[in-house]
Amino acid sequence: MSAPELATRPTPFQRVRRPFQRIPAKYVPLLATLSLFLTMFTVGSVHYPNFGTGQVFLNLFVDNEFLLVVAVGMTFVILTGGIDLSVGSVVSLSTLVLAELVQHGWSPFLAFAVVLLIGSTLGFAMGCIIHYFEIQPFIVTLAGLFLARGLCYAITVNSYPITQSTYVSLAEQSINLPGGFYITAGTAVALVAVVIAIYVLHFTRLGRSVYAVGGNQQSALLMGLPVARTKIAVYTISGFCAALGGILLSFYMLSGSGSLAVGMELDAIAAVVIGGTLLSGGTGYVFGSVLGVLVLGVIQTLINFQGTLSSWWTRIVIGLLLFAFILLQRLVFRDPKK
Amino acid sequence: MRRLMWPLLGIVGLLVSDLFFNHASFNMSTEFFRVSMLHGHLFGNLIDILIYGSPIMLIALGMTMVIATGGIDLSVGAIVAISGATACLLISHLHNQNSGSGVLIAIAAALAVSLVLGLWNGILVAVFGIQPIVATLILMVAGRGIAELITSGAIITVNSSPFSLLGNGYWLTLPICVFIAVAMFALTAFASRRSALGMLIEAVGGNREASRLAGVRARNLVVLAYVFSGFCSGIAGLIIASGIHGADGNNAGLYSELDAILAVVIGGTALAGGRYFLGGTLVGALLIQTLATTIYSTGVPAETTLLFKAIVVMIVCLIQSPAFRAKVFHLRGRRRSFRESPPPEVPQEPHVGVPA
Repeated sequence: MSAPELATRPTPFQRVRRPFQRIPAKYVPLLATLSLFLTMFTVGSVHYPNFGTGQVFLNLFVDNEFLLVVAVGMTFVILTGGIDLSVGSVVSLSTLVLAELVQHGWSPFLAFAVVLLIGSTLGFAMGCIIHYFEIQPFIVTLAGLFLARGLCYAITVNSYPITQSTYVSLAEQSINLPGGFYITAGTAVALVAVVIAIYVLHFTRLGRSVYAVGGNQQSALLMGLPVARTKIAVYTISGFCAALGGILLSFYMLSGSGSLAVGMELDAIAAVVIGGTLLSGGTGYVFGSVLGVLVLGVIQTLINFQGTLSSWWTRIVIGLLLFAFILLQRLVFRDPKK
Repeated sequence: MRRLMWPLLGIVGLLVSDLFFNHASFNMSTEFFRVSMLHGHLFGNLIDILIYGSPIMLIALGMTMVIATGGIDLSVGAIVAISGATACLLISHLHNQNSGSGVLIAIAAALAVSLVLGLWNGILVAVFGIQPIVATLILMVAGRGIAELITSGAIITVNSSPFSLLGNGYWLTLPICVFIAVAMFALTAFASRRSALGMLIEAVGGNREASRLAGVRARNLVVLAYVFSGFCSGIAGLIIASGIHGADGNNAGLYSELDAILAVVIGGTALAGGRYFLGGTLVGALLIQTLATTIYSTGVPAETTLLFKAIVVMIVCLIQSPAFRAKVFHLRGRRRSFRESPPPEVPQEPHVGVPA
């Protein structure tokens, strides 16, 4: 890994020369994402008559509630300079365990607790291995990906529908907003998770430690910050968020299967990167990841409205956006020494 | 040889377990090992391991060179899909699918596309200076979309006997794809170990900046490694597409990047870059395929292979981790563990970049 790319505050000289005089460099990717989102939404609204409505905007959240939660957890991990490839499989494992437990007559709430516990434990275990045995996060979470997917198929290779009445009514619960708009209960949960994440990241010791460890782990250690606890905590949070994402996905699909959410880790990473978080850690915001998820959602919605473009264009466009934002980050956070 | 001992023991262990536990579905316990001769071709589980293992061997070969330069290539699975899709699309448009020249042109086009994709990865990493994981992630995300774009979202099936030779053909009683994989290994070993190339790549992987200052063209070597990886994945994609007589943009090569990385790591090449072991990679790829074939033949759902792979990855990585050995086995007494107590990256340095 190259020298840590810190969000260095521009020196007065640089500040004069830069085009973004008043905007600190760390906000540039965030603002780029925001303007991209607004542009795409406006273009959609101009082109398609029913696009520019509040409900279409809210549906961006409703249709991506699970991805939103997973991306929030991923943000924590990426901020420390790590990566979590296991989230997609943990989401899928969660839906399967939920379906299995609920169909066997468990109370949904007890099943939620079990699933969240499984997700957090997996994350905790991976965090411990990454920190104490100094193995690359990439390879450990890769093993986690295999493990969770393999566990799914060890339970069953089939897909389970969820038909229990309490569960279905929970999943179909919608919250009416003024103006005739609505969101689902799952969306509300996702939004609460976002708010909690923003609070934890910006107003607690854990949050500041996350940024410090991502900026420079050595310095964080020398400053006396609890590096071990922080690193393990972020993987636990990511595991918890993935399990929560699994619960929301099971609300959305009303079924559980080991073949759901294949590649969701890629979408989550893409959302986080498009949201302006540096993959080398230390710089980024949960709000950026929310914007990233919205951008992915708008692409999907635009392609749906357009009608003739096929679904694989989504992946190609996401790839292009990833490329553009990674290049933008290289330009904005250029290593001052080079 | 010592570093090959554990993976080789793994293969032997798996095969021995087949001998004892794998007779539930067969009459004789030695059935698993029976290699029979039919129409002048060898058949049997051991041959299957070689056939299905050859794409993994090829992908892992390219991955070894990339990892040796200190990088990683996540896009190999996508390149496998794109290469297979390109070849099948071109062949399906031929008037006569059995024409040798048409098939050759299709294969050449698919390999050219793979080279270009490898070049794209290499340029992102070496010229733009983007982290390898991130740079190749772009193609990993977009690649399956491109493959589906080529196949228009459908599975293109081809019925071409020359193309089918790649994945299903036999020569001297053995499958042709095995010869391709072994030939690529031999060529790579020859080119990199009989010239300075291998040493230069290890130098770049050990410390890119230092090797550049010492006069090594680090940038070109890194690009070369990614191009080579793209090429190997392209060949693997052709073998897979030929084996199933068609291209499946969604599933061809799915998780193959993980298998390849696993094979490289089992083979003893450190993910940090530097020294690489081609023989180790070969054994690693065979170990993975032996594991998979063993599981298929026990009648457990094939998808549970992932579970066993997870366990193998963790065991191999833990054994290779100096921190784990220091903490669990207390190897080499206090001095070693003292040196390793300052946090990561420090202990990685001493044993990289020293050519064999």
